[in-house]
Amino acid sequence: MTDLNKLTIAEARDALRKGDTTSVALTQACLTAIEGADALGAFVHKTPEIALERAAAADARLQEGDAPDMCGIPVGIKDLFCTEGVASQAGSKILEGFRPEYESTVSGQLRDAGAVMLGKLNMDEFAMGSSNETSVYGNAVNPWRAGNSEAALTPGGSSGGSASAVAADLCLAATGTDTGGSIRQPAAFTGIVGLKPTYGRCSRWGIVAFASSLDQAGPMTKTVRDAAIMGAAMMGHDARDSTSADRPVPDFEAMLTGDIRGKVIGIPKEYRMEGMPEEIEALWHQGAEMLRDAGAELRDISLPHTKYALPAYYVVAPAEASSNLARYDGVRFGYRADMAQGDGITEMYEKTRAQGFGAEVKRRVMIGTYVLSAGFYDAYYNRARKVRALIKRDFEDVFNAGVDSILTPATPSAAFELGKDVADPVEMYLNDVFTVTVNLAGLPGVAVPAGLDKAGLPLGLQLIGRPWEEGDLLNTAYALEEAAGFVAKPAKWW
Amino acid sequence: MSIDTETAARVAKLARIQVAPAELPALASEFNAILGFIEQLGELDVDAVEPMTSVTPMRLKRREDVVTDGDQQAKVLANAPDAREGFFAVPKVVE
Repeated sequence: MTDLNKLTIAEARDALRKGDTTSVALTQACLTAIEGADALGAFVHKTPEIALERAAAADARLQEGDAPDMCGIPVGIKDLFCTEGVASQAGSKILEGFRPEYESTVSGQLRDAGAVMLGKLNMDEFAMGSSNETSVYGNAVNPWRAGNSEAALTPGGSSGGSASAVAADLCLAATGTDTGGSIRQPAAFTGIVGLKPTYGRCSRWGIVAFASSLDQAGPMTKTVRDAAIMGAAMMGHDARDSTSADRPVPDFEAMLTGDIRGKVIGIPKEYRMEGMPEEIEALWHQGAEMLRDAGAELRDISLPHTKYALPAYYVVAPAEASSNLARYDGVRFGYRADMAQGDGITEMYEKTRAQGFGAEVKRRVMIGTYVLSAGFYDAYYNRARKVRALIKRDFEDVFNAGVDSILTPATPSAAFELGKDVADPVEMYLNDVFTVTVNLAGLPGVAVPAGLDKAGLPLGLQLIGRPWEEGDLLNTAYALEEAAGFVAKPAKWW
Repeated sequence: MSIDTETAARVAKLARIQVAPAELPALASEFNAILGFIEQLGELDVDAVEPMTSVTPMRLKRREDVVTDGDQQAKVLANAPDAREGFFAVPKVVE
């Protein structure tokens, strides 16, 4: 069997079961691909020894015939997940040298299921960014290029390394996290599938916190089926996360029938954005037709508070971040600044945080500090929480009216060039305009690759589902995937 | 609402992030751009709306108030920039 690194999880699982290949062979194929792909900047901490050891253990387990679906599957882990004994920096200088003494619940569940960790993946610092350009490791690069141009494109962010690695077949799949679109936007930019589960589905324990009421881990995979398989392995109740949902995780893969007859798909008019490229509008329209042709009913809907989602997000997320990131003080872990004669503890905090955090992180921590400060708490933070309640109510209203899922574009553009001068931070924030509502409302959302633009870059569509109904959502995504028939791969230049 | 350099300096101090005086005007202008964007929230009438506290209506689980973990001093200190005699070490706090 050639090109083992190009297999999907489902294909590899079936080949492993049949004895057509081994986890060691799959892992070696991925390690070779990773070695030749430094130009993508995807893997920032490689763990080949751990990978080969776990692959051998997985092969033994497969031999015994008692192996879960993820057993022997080589995956990449976003740097945001704490991994025992392996650098976990959240893309930040302030966590330089940090080697956790523990494993995050999600990566631990994957490990216990027999998945093979290949290494840690690049990301925007503390998951704050939409282009992977705020990382201390440097940029992750999109394996896709526009036409004959050699310009380096962003893989999106914050899970840019994860997206780049999966799209370039450096691993079979990767973990991501999504606070405002950080799984779905990079998935759309790189032509892969990205699932953000319902808030509470995946334990947040051991994942470096950005905005705790919005953060959710999820799978980034080559197909919807793989998202179903890997997603189920990542989810489940965890007593160590008080917001983790104590609900059974269904067999999502068994729910992928492709039969969506009678399902009601909402098309929200507020997602028709001023200045959105025509190609995205056309793709959205085509996606809707595909779902109708598959037997679904299309319904025009309204989510009236959509335009307030981004401003509400840019109050709530920085507020929570300013609190969560207070722990990086140079005392317990990571970086501590050199001190001058006479410096006390306050100077230690201030210098450590000034040198350890990058510009965007500092900006958001300070904005969060401001909106929570005395005199502004009600005007900004409380108001944003009220608007958040209204955004959630918009979705509840359409779901109560019988809508099963909602179809929208995933991003307002295709992947853009790295290094594009972004003078106004707000301009970068607009990347998340279609995805951020889902985090504010705690809903599941999935990005599915649906077509190419005229430069040959992938474009994605987003489906939004009812809370806890990832199975139904993935089945609709599966029908869309089947109909769209997206098979394009980036031409290898790296 | 416009943020001046004095307010920017106060916020930086509250956030325990050192900012050089020369960088304060640029910082204040970035804050103003972001806060200008956030101002849109003022358009909505939210008087009758309860602020969201939990995105998923759920009762937080309770557990017995007992020690379930501990005795991991070496692991807790393993990543400290400066640990001595079983403690985190920091510069002098009290004069």
